[in-house]
Formats: sequence, C-alpha cells, structure tokens
Amino acid sequence: MSFEQIKKSLLVSLWFMVLTFPIMVIRVNTIYHTVEWRWHRMFGVGISVFVLSFLWRYLMGRKEAGLKRKDRGEADILSRSQKLLHEPRFTRPAVIMAGAFIIAFPFIFSIYQTNIMITALIYVVTGLGLNIVVGLAGLLDLGYVAFYAVGAYSYALLNYHFGVGFWIALPIGGGIGMLFGILLGFPVLRLRGDYLAIVTLGFGEIIRLVLENWNAFSFGPSGIANIPRPGLFGVDFSLREATIYIYFLMIALALFTVFVVRRLQNSRIGRAWIALREDETACQAMGIDKTKTKLSAFAMGATWAGMAGVVFAAKTTFINPASFTIWESIIILCVVVLGGMGSAIGVIIGALVLILLPEYLRAFSEYRMLLFGAILVIMMVFRPGGVVSEVRQTYQFKGKGD
Amino acid sequence: MKPVLEVTKLTMDFGGLRALDRLDLIVQEGEIVALIGPNGAGKTTFFNCITGIYPPTKGEMFVYPNEGHPVSLKGLKPNQVTEKGLARTFQNIRLFPNMTVLENVMIGRHCRTKSGIVGAVIKDKRTRAEERKIVEDSYTILEKIGLTRYVNEFAKNLPYGAQRRLEIARALSTEPFLLLLDEPAAGMNPQETKALDALILKIRSEEKISILLIEHDMKLVMSLSDRIFVVDYGKKIAQGTPKEIQNDPAVIKAYLGEDIDA
Repeated sequence: MSFEQIKKSLLVSLWFMVLTFPIMVIRVNTIYHTVEWRWHRMFGVGISVFVLSFLWRYLMGRKEAGLKRKDRGEADILSRSQKLLHEPRFTRPAVIMAGAFIIAFPFIFSIYQTNIMITALIYVVTGLGLNIVVGLAGLLDLGYVAFYAVGAYSYALLNYHFGVGFWIALPIGGGIGMLFGILLGFPVLRLRGDYLAIVTLGFGEIIRLVLENWNAFSFGPSGIANIPRPGLFGVDFSLREATIYIYFLMIALALFTVFVVRRLQNSRIGRAWIALREDETACQAMGIDKTKTKLSAFAMGATWAGMAGVVFAAKTTFINPASFTIWESIIILCVVVLGGMGSAIGVIIGALVLILLPEYLRAFSEYRMLLFGAILVIMMVFRPGGVVSEVRQTYQFKGKGD
Repeated sequence: MKPVLEVTKLTMDFGGLRALDRLDLIVQEGEIVALIGPNGAGKTTFFNCITGIYPPTKGEMFVYPNEGHPVSLKGLKPNQVTEKGLARTFQNIRLFPNMTVLENVMIGRHCRTKSGIVGAVIKDKRTRAEERKIVEDSYTILEKIGLTRYVNEFAKNLPYGAQRRLEIARALSTEPFLLLLDEPAAGMNPQETKALDALILKIRSEEKISILLIEHDMKLVMSLSDRIFVVDYGKKIAQGTPKEIQNDPAVIKAYLGEDIDA
C-alpha cells in the first residue's frame, strides 16, 4: 500500500463526496421550509468509497495479470470456470443435485415462487434462441421480442377463433415464429452491426404497434383474456396443479432447447454461423452461402421465441401488447451477453440471475434497479465474455503429431 | 497443356476510376503464375473480381474444371466461385479468430458436404459419418501443411507465419483446382518465406493444383513462378518468364521510375 495509492484513493473518495453531496447530504423539508444537513452521511460515503477503491484496484490488477498471462500464451485454452464444467468429479454430483432441486422445487416453494421460476425458464428458452442469432451468428437483433409476441398471439388468436389447444398451438407458434424470422431476415441480409440493430429494433416496434392498433385483429391494448392453460388429456387442474404442470413443461422445453442448441452449435450449420460472425467476407469466400446461413440463424432463433411465446400466453392466460415492449428485448439480450455469448450454460445462468435477482431484490425495492445496473457494469468490466464464455469443441488425435 | 483460368478484357470501374483496364490473363494447368505490380496497380481488385467479391464492369472470365465444361465466373457469388473450384487467401489475414485451427479448416469442407439442421439435431448415421469425415479430412490437410501441433488452438493465438499457412490450409480444404494467393509472404521473415516457397511447390506437385499468386517479394516470385504478369495502373504492361520480366524495360520503368540518363 504505497503513498501514491492512498493519495489516489483519497482523491477518489473526495470526488465521490462532492458528487453525492446534493442527494446524500441535503434534504429539503418542503413542509417546514427547512434544510436538513446530514453531514454524517458524507463521511460514510467517503470511507466506503476509500475502501472500495482499494478493492477495485486489487481486482483490476488481478485481471490485468491474467490478461498478460494470456498474451504470453501461458494461460490454458480453457478458463478456470470452463475447466470446472469439464471435470466429471464436479459435474456429476452438481447435475444430480440440480436435478433433484429442480424436481422438488414446486413442492417445496409456493405458487408465487414457482411462477417466478417459470418466468425465468421462459427467459432461458428465449435467451438460448437469441443466443443462436446474436451469440453464434453475430447478428445483433434488438427486436427479438417480436417473435415472442408472434408466438403468444398465434396461440391466443387460434384459440379464440378456432379453439385450438395448447399442444397443437405450440409447434404452430414455433412455426409462425420461424416464418416471421425469415420474413425479417430477407430485408436485412445486406446489413450488419449497428445498421442491423436499428432495423431489427424497428421491426420489433412495428409488430408491437400493429398489435396495439389493429383492433379488429388483435383487440388492441385491451388484449385477449381467458386463454386456456395447457391441458393433459382433459384432466381438470386446480391453479396450483396447473402451475406445477406448466413448470415441468417449461423445464422439459428448456432441456429440449439446450439439447438442440448444443447439437447445432457443433454441427456443420453451427460452424457456418460462427464463421459468419467471425468474418463475413472470408466466410463467403470459403464457400458458405451467406443468405442461407443468415436466414437459417434468424429462423432457428425465432422458432424458440415463438414457442416460448405460446407458453407465456398459456401461463398468464391474458396477453396484451404491453408485455412485448423493447424492454423485453433488452432483457433477453442482457441474458445472452451477461451469461456468455455462444454458451448454453452461460445463458441459463444469465437468465436465472437476471430474472430472479430483481425478484429477490424486492427487499431493497428502492435501490433495486440501481443494484441491477451496478451488477451489469461490474460484470462487463471484469468478465466481458460473460459468466461462462464460449467453449469450442476440441478433438483428440492419438499417435499423430509433427 | 490446357488452361484452367482464362480472363479476357477484364475491366473494373469504381465510379470514374478505372482500376482494371482490359486485362488478359491465362493460367495453364499445373502452372504457378505470379501477378506483380506496384502498390495500387489493381492486383487485389483483379482477385476480387475473379472470386465474385466485385462484379466486373466488362470482360469475360472462364474456368476449366478437370472434368466438365468451361464455366463462366461472371455473376457468381463468392461462395459459388469457391464451389466451382477456386480458393483464395487474403492479403491481410482473414481467419476466424475465435475458432480452433481445426475448425477453421473444417469450414472449408462446408461447400463439399451437405448435412442440414435436421441432421444436426437428430445426428443420424449419415450426419455422424459425414462429420467424422470432415474432421479426418481437415486433419489430413493440417498434417500436409504442418500445423498439427496447433490443432485445438484458437486461430488468433497462432504465430503470424502459422496464421498465413492456416489460411492456405483452409483454402485447400475446399478442394480447389486453382489456388489464388494474395501476398502469402507478406510480413514473413526469410526462413518463413523459404518454407512457404517449399510449401507452394509441394501443393502444386502433390495436389495437382495450379497457383496464381500476388507477391511483392521478388526473390520468391522469381524462384517460384513459371510465368509472370506485370500490371500497372490496371493495365498489363508485360508478361513472360521470370528472366524476360527481369530485363523488360517497361517493368523496370514501372518499378523504378524513368531513367534520367536515358
């Protein structure tokens, strides 16, 4: 702890004391027209910032040391967390315990908790879907919620007009989602990066505005109510049973999504997606059809959103356009980026953290969004690759080498 | 001898700038042909026209695959050109940095394989067999190029010379009959250049692939090529064997400028 460092930390804490002075120290009592000066708070800020700045410097130092190791090629291709995920001694008990917890969850906790978990699982599925588009194919899609809305409304409308049940609507919702994915894909084939982001953002808003204003079709802002919950051979469920049923259904859908996405990731198509993300020109020069690859990424991503949308409609039994704002797209994107682009486990962790955290932070309700923001910023500073960064499949060749 | 690539009167305009001016070029089977010229002469533009990255303004381009009819490259997309049997490398390395070395080569197999989304998900017998074949073929190519020790390394972590070789490996895995190399020796030290020289000769003799390369390293160009084309300001100013080119007054003028004493 050198003098230099102490000086720096003092300056930082002084700066923060000045910065937070108006909100932390001054309080104007508008009824008695008096001003309250809470000086003790200022010292609190000063001391905590002083300590935090040391912690920050220590962590930054560690991070830089790690980067240097990587530059010298000393670090392994797998990071510590990735190694842990490949260690059977760790993964086997972890999987068994997680499995047991997942099965027991709805019976231990209340319906309310189960409902939150279902919401988180819906984000797991949409996150994994968006992961195909953003994480693998590298196409920044800010209007992803549109496909989610398409799925939800297809179930709601099909049910309203034709009495179509949940189980038939689920694949139809996925299919219509896929169609819309291709529909969006065509006009944006030539775009990349920020331009693509803006167009997809617009697309998301168009879908929402259409749903909001086309009263004859979608019943406008008043939405559609009385959407039936999923059935099971005509068994009548109580609310609690229905919730548990949807919970397990979502678990199954999430597992299915993980299975499909992981298989795609290490397939011929998945490699083409990643190549497209890495270098579009080189990818095309290596014989990959850019059009097909992009469209398939959009279509596959949108399918999961469509299916998740159907489940969402069935879970809430009521949908209106307010559920499908740009904010939802952003959250799903945060799930992917925070969890780790291109990594299925990362996306699951990301979804659970981002959806469950705000729920359990309700205790600090006033500071909830503040904490949420702080966690995002800290994550991006220290782990820009997400919680679990992408792992590429490796192959063993025995007896060979040069 | 039969030609593998025949380009006639290729012209490329960028607005008012004529980057290529009625350029003719032929590569015969089994030949190593070099395209040289000062910076900005239009060499890379020529490559980009052939490989479908730019649509040329005028002119004809034909390739003659080992079997079958001549194919016009006009109007083909880059991936279609690669399917026809032309593969290229880039002047500034364009690997897929966050994929492993093996995966980079596996990408080259993409256009010669065909399993789709359904196959990838259900992993049927055919898809598994194809996937295994892709891995084996790619590894064989890495063995030939001498990159097996990096097989599971990320492409971005390779030393510079190895990255250049990986680009060649990736191009080879698309099964080309004509390989287009854009400044393969750029930034290499003398030892690496020497190894590259040997590698290019090996590719020609073992794989029966014709090679068209752009290069500034004159030593390499002179030792490797059977014939040389010289371009300046988009026009062909000379063509011939290395010996002829070395003594061509037009070439000397283009490279060194007007001789004051003459």
